[in-house]
Order: sequence, then C-alpha cells, then structure tokens
Amino acid sequence: MLDSALEILRLQSTGEASAVDVTEKVFESIESSESSINAFTHVDRDLALATAEAIDKKRRAGEPLGPLAGVPVAAKDVLCTKDMPTTCSSNMLRHFRPPYDATVIEKLRQADAVIVGKTNMDEFAMGASTETSAFGVTRNPWDTSRTPGGSSGGAAACVAAGNVPLSLGSDTGGSIRQPSGFCGVTGLKPTYGRVSRYGLVAFASSLDQIGPIGWSVPDVALLLQAISGFEPRDSTSLDREVPDYTSALQTSDLRGLRIGVLRDALEADGIDDQVRAAVHDAMQVFKSAGAELVDVNLPHSEYWVPTYYVIAPSEASSNLSRYDGAHYGHRATELDPDQVEQLGPLHATYCKSRGEGFGAEVKRRIMVGTYALSEGYADQYYNQALKARRLIKGDYDTAFTQADLLLGPVSPTPAFPLGEKVDDPIQMYLCDLFTVGANLAGIPAISLPAGLNSEGLPLAIQLQAPALQEARLLFAGAAYQTTTDHHQQRPNL
Amino acid sequence: MSIDGYPTETIIGLEVHVQLKTNTKLFCGCSTRFGAPANTQVCPVCLGLPGALPVMNEGAIDLAIRAGLALDCSIPPLTKWDRKQYFYPDLPKGYQISQFDLPICADGFIEIDNPDSPDQSRRIDILRAHLEEDAGKSMHDEATGRSESRIDLNRCGTPLLEIVSQPDMRSSTEAKLYLTELKLRMTHLGISDCEMQEGSLRVDANVNLHIDVDGKKIATPIVEIKNMNSFRAVERAIDYEIDRQYDEWEETGKTIHDMPKRTFGWDDSKERTFKQREKEESADYRYFPDPDLLPIRLPVERIEQARDGLGEMPAAIRTRLQGQYGIKPYDANVIVNQGRELIDYYEVVANNSGDGKRSSSWIQQDVLRTMNDLQCPVGDFPISAEKLGELLKRVSSGSLDNTRARDVFAHLLENDCTVEEAIEALGIVSVDGNELESLCQELLQSNPAVVEDYKGGKKQAIGSLIGQAKKKNPNANPQQVRETLLRIIDSI
Ligand SMILES: [Zn+2]
Repeated sequence: MLDSALEILRLQSTGEASAVDVTEKVFESIESSESSINAFTHVDRDLALATAEAIDKKRRAGEPLGPLAGVPVAAKDVLCTKDMPTTCSSNMLRHFRPPYDATVIEKLRQADAVIVGKTNMDEFAMGASTETSAFGVTRNPWDTSRTPGGSSGGAAACVAAGNVPLSLGSDTGGSIRQPSGFCGVTGLKPTYGRVSRYGLVAFASSLDQIGPIGWSVPDVALLLQAISGFEPRDSTSLDREVPDYTSALQTSDLRGLRIGVLRDALEADGIDDQVRAAVHDAMQVFKSAGAELVDVNLPHSEYWVPTYYVIAPSEASSNLSRYDGAHYGHRATELDPDQVEQLGPLHATYCKSRGEGFGAEVKRRIMVGTYALSEGYADQYYNQALKARRLIKGDYDTAFTQADLLLGPVSPTPAFPLGEKVDDPIQMYLCDLFTVGANLAGIPAISLPAGLNSEGLPLAIQLQAPALQEARLLFAGAAYQTTTDHHQQRPNL
Repeated sequence: MSIDGYPTETIIGLEVHVQLKTNTKLFCGCSTRFGAPANTQVCPVCLGLPGALPVMNEGAIDLAIRAGLALDCSIPPLTKWDRKQYFYPDLPKGYQISQFDLPICADGFIEIDNPDSPDQSRRIDILRAHLEEDAGKSMHDEATGRSESRIDLNRCGTPLLEIVSQPDMRSSTEAKLYLTELKLRMTHLGISDCEMQEGSLRVDANVNLHIDVDGKKIATPIVEIKNMNSFRAVERAIDYEIDRQYDEWEETGKTIHDMPKRTFGWDDSKERTFKQREKEESADYRYFPDPDLLPIRLPVERIEQARDGLGEMPAAIRTRLQGQYGIKPYDANVIVNQGRELIDYYEVVANNSGDGKRSSSWIQQDVLRTMNDLQCPVGDFPISAEKLGELLKRVSSGSLDNTRARDVFAHLLENDCTVEEAIEALGIVSVDGNELESLCQELLQSNPAVVEDYKGGKKQAIGSLIGQAKKKNPNANPQQVRETLLRIIDSI
C-alpha cells in the first residue's frame, strides 16, 4: 500500500525514499493487484523508472524540482500521451499513439510527476461501470465482483488499490465522482474551463472536464493545483487566476458557511437507505463544524438526465465522426460486398471500420445523438435540451444565493455487481442522476468517502460549489476529513 | 430572351468562395502558403487528431468584416461557429467548422452595369457571407472499387468566406460582371488574392429557367454547376446549361417540382456540363453550435474602425478618376477593374504627364497589352509610372510624335535607362525650323501635282508629302510638317 502524495513528497525531501524507490513500489503493487483489478490499459515501468531516476538526479544536483517531484500519477486513457498509446479503451484506437501530449500531461511532466501508465475506462468515457472497455472490465478493489464505477473506473480503482496516490480522470456526467464514490476515494470535477481540455479526447465537449482523484482532499488539491489554469489552445479555458488550493486545508472550523441540503435528491425514488443515511451523517458533521444547514431545491433536477442524454450523445456523435478509418485508428480490411455494392467502397469502408471499431454503447450514443441533431428532430430534442440546460443553470444560480455549497449523494447506490446493468442502458444512465447537474451547469463538485455500508462497500457524499469555487469545496472537504476517518479506510486486497 | 420556342428568363444565383489572405489557417498556426509539398503544412488541429482543439484566427474575422463592409452587408453584433457534418476523406474531423444561422455578414449587394442598357445599373443582392474552414484535397477512385486514395491536407483549415448571392442575375454576362466586381473589391481591399487557378476563388452557379408558356410561368429544375476554373468558363457553363435545360424541359416536361436540385460539373475541354455523382443521398448536415469555440461578439467600435480603414472603394475611384483626369466612364472602368496597383500606376502617369486622357489610352493599349504579352504584374512592369509620365509629357507638348514615342517605349522596355537616354540612343533630335522649312520647300517643288490637287480641293493629298518627309528625316514631326507645308502652299 502506497503512501499519500504528501507523504511521498516528505519522504523524498528528507531522503528517506528516492523517486526510484517509490516507483519500484508502484510497480510491485500493480503487479500484485492488476490480475484481479485490471485498472490499467498500459503501464511502462522502464519509462517511469527513467523519469524517476532523472528526478532523483536533479534532486542530488540541487536543481529546482516541481511540486509533484517523484509522485507517481496514473492518467485515464482518454488523455493524449506521446510516449504511450492513447486508446480510450476502444478497439478503434487500440494502436493509436498521439504525436503530442495533452496539456495536463505536459503540466504533470513540468511538475516532475512520474507518469506510470494509462487507466482503463468505459469506451470513449461512455458508461458508468468500466464494463464497456475493449480491454476488459475493471474490478472494484473493495469487492472484485462489483464495478469500480465509470467511466474513470481504472483511475479510481488504481488509487483505491494503492497502486498510485493520484490519478487523472475526466468527468462528463459524473465520471470522476461516481467511481471515486464507488471506490472510497476523493475525486473532484473542476469548473468547466478551469483545466485545459487540449489533448483530452472529446466525448461531449461542452461537458467534459479533467480532474484529480486521490486518497484525501490535500492530495487532490495538490494535483488540481498542478493542472489548473488558462491555456490559449483551449478556447473554452477560463482566463482567471488560479488560487492556492493547498493552503488552509487543516481546519475543522466551518463557521459562517451555509450548506444547502438537496432535499429532493435525498427523497428521490430508488436512493439506497444507507446512501441517504451517509448524507444525514455528513449533515451532522458539517453542523458540528459550525456550518449552517439550509434546505435547497433545484426544481428542474428531474430534467437533468434527459437533458444530459440528449446533449452528450449529440456532441459525441459529432466528435466521434473523425474515427472513420481513413486517417488513423481502426480500418476494416475486408469489406462487405453488399455494402460496397450499395454504398460504394468509400462508405462501405466507413461502415465496416466504424462497425468493427466501436462497441455497442458508443454506437448507441452515436445513433441517439445523430437522431437528436437531425433535420426535423433538432428542435424537439437538441434545441429543447439547450433550453432545459439554461433552466438548470438558473436553478443553481438561485440555489447559490441561498447556500455557499450544496450537499447531496453522489450516486443512488453503492457499487453494483458487474453485469447487473450492462444490458440495461436506462438503469445505467440513472447512475448519473445526481452528478450530471454539475456538468450541465459547468460548476465544480467533489465526491468524498463517507464510510462503508453493511456489506463493507464505500459510501460517498457530494458537495457542489459555484463556478470557480474549487477552493471552497476543498476547504469544506478537508474539514470533513479532519473530523472523519472515512477517507483513511482501505480495501483488503 | 427566347430560345427557339417560348420566351424564357434565366435565373442565376452564385455561391463564391474566396480564400482569405491570412498567413495562418482559420483555427491553427499552420501556414496557408500555396504549393507546398503534400501534408507538410499540418498539425494535430487541422489533422483533426483526437483531443486537438480549434482556436479562432482573429485576422480572418477582420478580413471577413472588411469583406462584408465592401459588399454593403450588415455585420451582426454576435456571430458564432457551427459544425456542418458529413463524411469525406478530405474532411478529417468528419465535420467542417462553418457558420449556419448567424453568419458574419448579411444582406449586402453589388451594383453592376446593365448589359442591355449601358447607362443603367443592376443591383444584385447578397444574401449572406459566412466563414468556414476549407477541406483538403482528395483523389479517390471510387469507380474501380479499389481502396486506393491519396489525400493532401495542406489546404485543410484554410479560411474561406462563402458569399451567397440572391438569384438576381439574368444572364451569363451579368454573372461575369458580378464576379468581376466582386473579385475587384476583394483584391482591392487585400481580402483575397482571388486566383481561380490556385483555388483562392471558387464559383458555384445555381441556374434554372422560367419559361413563359402562354402566360404561365414554368420553372425548370435547379442545377448547381461546379468546377469552373475561370470567369469565361462560368459564362460558357451557364450558357450551355440554359440550352440544356430548355431541351430537357422540352423532352421530359420536368419542372422544379419534379426534381430536387442536382449538381453538375463543367468540362472545359468538351464545353459541356455533366451530372456528378451525388455525395450524400440527402444532405442533412445536422448543424449545431461548435462547443469547442466561443460565440464571437463584434462591438460596433470594431466594425466602425474597420469601416474607417477601408479607404476608397472602386466605385468611388471610378467617379474620382473621371472628374480629376477628365477620362470617360468606360476608361475609368477599365483602369479600376485592373485593380489597385494599376490605378496607382495610372495616377502617377497622369500626374507626371499632365495628360490624363493620353495616359489612359496609353495604359489601356500599350501598357496592358505588353503586360499581357510578358505575363507580368503591374509591380514588375519594366517601365516605371514616372518614366512613362515623362515620355507622355513630351508627346503632349509636341516635342515627340506618337510614332517616335512608341519607339522610345519599346527601347525603355528593353533597356534600363531614362527617357532622355532612350531618345538619345535612338538618335531622335528635334528638327529645327530652317531645316524643316527647306525640307518642305524641296518636297513641294518636286511634287507640283500634289500642290495642284490640294489647291483643287483634295485636301488629303498632302498626306503623301508628310509620309515622304518622314522618310527623308525620321525625326520630322508630322504635325509640324503639315503646318509648314500648308503655310508654304498658302503663301504661293
Ligand atoms: Zn494546423
């Protein structure tokens, strides 16, 4: 079991461990857990050790080191890396190596982090269980018969399994927060535009955001600090100063903070009793820390999932058009003669390449999105969803006049058994019931471990904040973790 | 207009793509230079690689605003980017970033001369002009069933402005006049090079006929003609299509209601249009706002600033040249239509010679013809405007006749020297009064018959003596010879 990122930094600064020592431990850990967890699509021990050695050398030479010097980090396989494949867990990109690094990867390198590998995910980030991966399912370290959640299942599982202290995920409708909740780790989805999306393979461009996953709030703050900030290569990135996220996290005093409890969410159909109880417990924790609790409603929350499942597939259908077998990625070698006859060789190549390269869920969403944008249907679906999105944003604006933070569950249930929902898309989509609102509104949200249920599975709570108030989430999250020890619980592997 | 049978009216609308003259592409930093080796001017963004994101080129926005103002369009305070989606190998993202419902320019017009009545003008309305990225070039052999294709993505992401006219043109001549004026404004304001051969100006023509059958108007199916590589080709393609559609209607009776719009290509060598294979069964491009790009706000100040920077428009220059240099509308038109550089050249010649009309006719005849022969642009013309001005000044003052001036012109084309040096090299000296007097005396004495003829009323008989004088002394000025001869005859 690996130490926290902060502890790893301390050990290296005192000389108790080198970056190489830490990296060796990472690969020992991966070796022992990977056969049962399958958190990674790709690891590169030699590459990681070379990076670690270079960092140790710099340290010995007294050269300045980055804020993540020698800290092992795993990256979701949706982030472009020029020295490792970037597959999005899809057969379409199984052999794809980008010629460039995503901005967040560049930033990790500048911070002297050691990138150990790429983590498994739902294909093109579409799913809530990491079961749609073309590289096999990832298993939950707390119970390997269950899902780690998704789509950043590998990124959450590798932290929970103690392979690495930190990982980068991406969150389009809950894909950082839900797996973090299922795996008992801390995960943060930043404000839309806080972290550059350059080099993040797009699923739904107006919703996607990269964020950190770690054991605890201070670790997550450390990684968020390293990846945040304006970048001209992403036109939607926000040109706003990045505050110091790592300071003022040693507190349990929340006096003056108004926490809005999302009553409707707590009383929603299908929410697990123990999940509800975990939120009630958290309310007590915040109250004893001095926070004021107020009841808040987001009136259009019943439209979140339908709105999301129009906008996200619409954008996805467009973003995934580029995978046509013509330039890179999977290309069918043998064409279907009937299709050639009917469509000509070019379109037959498209059909066969895309038919073979994409999995069922990706195809389903491409079809839904194509339909929602089609002439005659766009007004009914896509344009209607944009209107709903504006109302949903408005709800949050109102809510944040009454409360500084919003408290609620992350998911309706804890981690569910593998196979339970994979053939039932609607049930799978309902996993996003409480998380998609933050994506639609572009606001930051954090998932915090909130204890274990009677079966020993992690429970989680979610805090949401107004745009660019990540510091407030971290502050309250740190206070919660100062008075509870849920985040210190570990699975027995 | 009538083609053998019923009277018809031709309806033409043009879609013109001009490539904006930016150094870099519309959404990335790659060069837009023409003619580079295939796939050398590309990056993750214009290759549409996973994870790459577009960043708008502000310079293209400035040029589009400039173009809009030059076409009398209104520029909205808010415009945006949309994705136009279709599959094609030269479109690596599977969509083209374009503008759908909020184009950067709307509701403009161009005035052209009315070909049927030269003193009147015709107004051709412009529906809209929008920005979009160009696709690459693909050579894809679909017919053979083999999967061999070659794709050059250098052009991918190059900024284009698509200017869509209303169907307001009624003949191929009007279409050509519209295109000429459009090109003139674009080149004049540095918006585009408009080189059809390099693809920086492309024209699609939508054509159909309104046939008047005993007072009932019948519209033929609309055809969009593509692949025309010169204005002349546009004219010929439209004319061909007019005949073809009439014949087709006579043969099949099909009207606009029986057939969707079809796409035809133009074969320049065979001089005919031909039906192209439809790319998409039905074109549903599923436009939606590009979530990777922000809407563009265009404050009034930015537009006004662009308006102030436009300078003098071609139409204003035409009027000014007529007033300032006393030239006819036709001549002003010819000069202005050649573009900014020739206008500047003309003005220097006219100012230095002090003779606007002579400068205009020399430029239209000698200069333009020579440029055409040499295939050289104004900037590379061997005779500077200052030199030509000086030469013409001598012609106007009478110290040089037109024939000798053309000799000097020819000498200047070949030699880098001053007008003075050229005159000297050609041995041109002005003939003094006494010399001229004795030359004329001599001619009159040896040609008494001419004198008789002249006195008898055959005034033109004197011409032969002028010719002889020129032979005896090439420097003799014909006008002066004539004057001297007449003076002597009168005094006899
Ligand atoms: Zn480029």
